[in-house]
Amino acid sequence: MVVSCEQVWREVSNYIDGEVDPALRLAIEEHVRGCPQCDAVLTGTRNVVELYGDERMLEVPFGFGQRLHRRLDESMPRPRRSFLGWMATAAAAVLVAGSFEIVRSLHSHSPQPRSELAQRGKGVPPDLKVVAAEEGRLFHVPGCEFIHDKTKLRAMTAAEAERQGYAPCPRCLKQYLTADEISAPKGVSS
Amino acid sequence: MEQFNEAALLRRVLAGEYDLFYELVRPYERRVYAAAFAILRNEADAEDVAQEAVLKAFKHIRQFRAESRFSTWLIQITVNEARMRRRKAHANLMEPIAGREDEEGNYAPRDFADWREIPSETLERKEVRQKLAEALAELGQIYREVFVLRDMQHLSIEETAKALGISTASVKTRLLRARLMLRDLLAPGLGGGWSSKLSFAKGTKPW
Ligand SMILES: [Zn+2]
Ligand SMILES: [Zn+2]
Repeated sequence: MVVSCEQVWREVSNYIDGEVDPALRLAIEEHVRGCPQCDAVLTGTRNVVELYGDERMLEVPFGFGQRLHRRLDESMPRPRRSFLGWMATAAAAVLVAGSFEIVRSLHSHSPQPRSELAQRGKGVPPDLKVVAAEEGRLFHVPGCEFIHDKTKLRAMTAAEAERQGYAPCPRCLKQYLTADEISAPKGVSS
Repeated sequence: MEQFNEAALLRRVLAGEYDLFYELVRPYERRVYAAAFAILRNEADAEDVAQEAVLKAFKHIRQFRAESRFSTWLIQITVNEARMRRRKAHANLMEPIAGREDEEGNYAPRDFADWREIPSETLERKEVRQKLAEALAELGQIYREVFVLRDMQHLSIEETAKALGISTASVKTRLLRARLMLRDLLAPGLGGGWSSKLSFAKGTKPW
């Protein structure tokens, strides 16, 4: 198979994407070896694709992520706590946690969670040094890359964070979130 | 791994842990912005539309179908939001004839000078990124959209077609044209040889 310059230009994009059949691929390569012009077109196009494909080309305005997060936070449905709702949540937690937890919860009053939707952790070492944002709902291992608001962080122990109603970060402290809590209710993805 | 985390996060959001939704979006927030910017070409509008799109995605999270990627779904919503905004802004204006870019006819490259490789290390420099962004801004709308989704956000041809509501054949045609036009715009001989004015082209390599 022999291809012309025009054919090479028409297929250069498909060639780079690996979307041409083997015979055409060979013919293009053969042509480019003997044609400096098409070589310049192919090399340049490939360079263009590589440059723009670089992560660094996706620039966002300064503070974009924070503003997005804030806007999202403001529009989230605020859980309104009804007594019955709270009882149901508490009862479910007790059922999952088992009898040891029942005994413990009788002796220490359960902290008011900052979000009744956030998962409680299990077995977080009480002395673990953690950080939490003033208005956040989660506590993190210091340096966790999923801390959004790094400006108002307070350092404390895990025990203190839990007492204040913070829940463990699902990323940096995920080992303390038990598997059955993470599993989905049936039918959510259908 | 990322896929797994995403699926787990998604289930938890669906189960009511709404404050985790941002975690779900966060890996793609730059892409959301880039898609909006590709269509609107204005930072303030792009940011506003990006936020609107994310809020919309949250509102309609139960309509997300797991057979497509979450990122593609999110970008699709963003493209629709941005187009709506653009249509609103141009509602009173007649689309100029010149604005109806056609994709008929083949695009022939104009510059055949030896291509001087621009190493990706130079992307560290703002002036290089700036030059590339300027060249991209010169493309017509339909070419820029396809190029941004396919080559900058690395969507597949099918995903790009789906997000833009066009055929895969159109994606391929527009992509070819976008790439060739960018190459011409950045070519040393045609674009005024901007890259040869950069110090790396003169032999003082900054990397
Ligand atoms: Zn040739
Ligand atoms: Zn964390």
